[in-house]
Amino acid sequence: MADSSQALAAASVGTAEPARIPRPGSGRTRRVLLGIGAVLLGVGIWWLLSLRTSPLFLPSPALVWAAAIELWADGTLWASVLASSGRILVGWSLGLVLGIPLGVLMGHFRLVREAMDPYIEFFRFIPPIAFVTLAVIWMGPGEASKVALILYTTIFIVTLNTIAGVLSVSELRLRAAQALGAGRMQVLRTVIVPSTVPYMVTGARLAMGNSFLTIVSAEIVAAQVGLGSLIWTARNYGRTEWVFVGIIALGLLGFCFDRVLRLVVQKTLNRYGATL
Amino acid sequence: MADPARVDMVAARGVAGAVTKGAPIVIEAASIELGGRPIVTGFDLAVAEGEFVCLLGPSGCGKSTLLNAIAGFQPLARGAIRASGVPIQGPSIDRGIVFQSSEALFPWLSVRQNVEYGPRMRGQSAALCRERSTHYLALVGLGHVGDRLPAELSGGMRQRVQIARVLANEPSTVLMDEPFGALDAQTRQIMQAEVSRIWRATRPTVVFVTHDIGEALLLADRVVTMTAGPSATLKSIVAVDAEHPRDLADRALAQLFRELRDDIGAEVTKSLRAQGLEAPALA
Repeated sequence: MADSSQALAAASVGTAEPARIPRPGSGRTRRVLLGIGAVLLGVGIWWLLSLRTSPLFLPSPALVWAAAIELWADGTLWASVLASSGRILVGWSLGLVLGIPLGVLMGHFRLVREAMDPYIEFFRFIPPIAFVTLAVIWMGPGEASKVALILYTTIFIVTLNTIAGVLSVSELRLRAAQALGAGRMQVLRTVIVPSTVPYMVTGARLAMGNSFLTIVSAEIVAAQVGLGSLIWTARNYGRTEWVFVGIIALGLLGFCFDRVLRLVVQKTLNRYGATL
Repeated sequence: MADPARVDMVAARGVAGAVTKGAPIVIEAASIELGGRPIVTGFDLAVAEGEFVCLLGPSGCGKSTLLNAIAGFQPLARGAIRASGVPIQGPSIDRGIVFQSSEALFPWLSVRQNVEYGPRMRGQSAALCRERSTHYLALVGLGHVGDRLPAELSGGMRQRVQIARVLANEPSTVLMDEPFGALDAQTRQIMQAEVSRIWRATRPTVVFVTHDIGEALLLADRVVTMTAGPSATLKSIVAVDAEHPRDLADRALAQLFRELRDDIGAEVTKSLRAQGLEAPALA
């Protein structure tokens, strides 16, 4: 789990960014070509390096590709992707559903914030991996323990970002709402919550990244399927190439999730000033 | 939350073409301190109902702080401010405020939704909100941009939205805190003429803060100058009798302009001396 102060810093940066001016198509094409070129170069270097070592130490790209085909064919890869995605989505969504209201309450009501503060200050230093054993003891080796760990990592980042957002709502807007006749709860609902949306979005995005970090540790300890367990069980069979397949799948999956999140945010939350 | 009696009163005023009756504002020996430092000391002023008063003074003299006290955001250290005889205790829908920065608008709401915000918060029907926003958007000349977002408008248009949003609540007093301070000279001129026109059409009591002497002379029934801070207080009151629309080239106004400039110039000189700086002579 990323350090929470980092999360806060990112939150403030995220809102300051002005809307991008659309660039002509040639710039985009150049960027895509450059990206593809860089990836091909990376794979080339990897291949050259693999020639000088054993496949157990560093399997070649071709071997990893073959392993991916094999794992795809027997259904392991797809099942792993599905299992990990499901856990991340459920845990992350629950984290948002709990973390956003908690952050709003903590940011707005001093009493709540002061009461919760010792817990926040304590648990922010404890990464989810430290709770893996406890999660399994308390919730069993099933889905619940993994979802709980994702939830734990998400709720922190989202709550802290939301608090930061609530505390930085423009005083001018609050005064305008009050002078126009809004009561305290109306101000909370109609000014503070919408003003905080960019911070919530930043929190959600950071939490998504951290969910990927957490899922591997959660699945390593106790899981039959999942990308984390794929990486871990590869050890038992001495199949280093499976580790590579798992790692690459994680990276691609994270990239896809982030893109979808950005797209959804751009389509729905643009007017709240949420830019990713 | 607005109290029910007041809601009824506002609702009873009706909608289209409503003549908003101004409330008298009386400031008695008002002193304001921020963090123990005196900002305004012993300020007295009586603003008649429906009167347009400009508070004029050098930057940092505490005129905005005083306006915030009238709005109910800033408690007094001593003295009292009364609106229609009732001491001001906090913000009220009866005293609308237009801020210098259009950041005060809600950027996620359309222009129309911004204007309807006040009535909606008081639980008015959708039909009435619609009627109000249509009326006041037309009054400020923005009938055609109701569905846009504030970010899609120019600075001058955004300030018009702020004005319409305040008027939609039909307050008896409108407070304006350098509302055109961030606008370019041309837009500013247009907006000054607009505010004058809108005020004559609706007749609320207006307290308008500015550091622009010309702006004060174009708009106000009386121009109130303040001494330089800290411990700012009333310096002089100048009545402006000229007919609207006004022209600053008019001889009487030109004379008043020079008087006010000398008054303010003297304050600026004093404050620079107090900081140990030599003030250049003002021509």
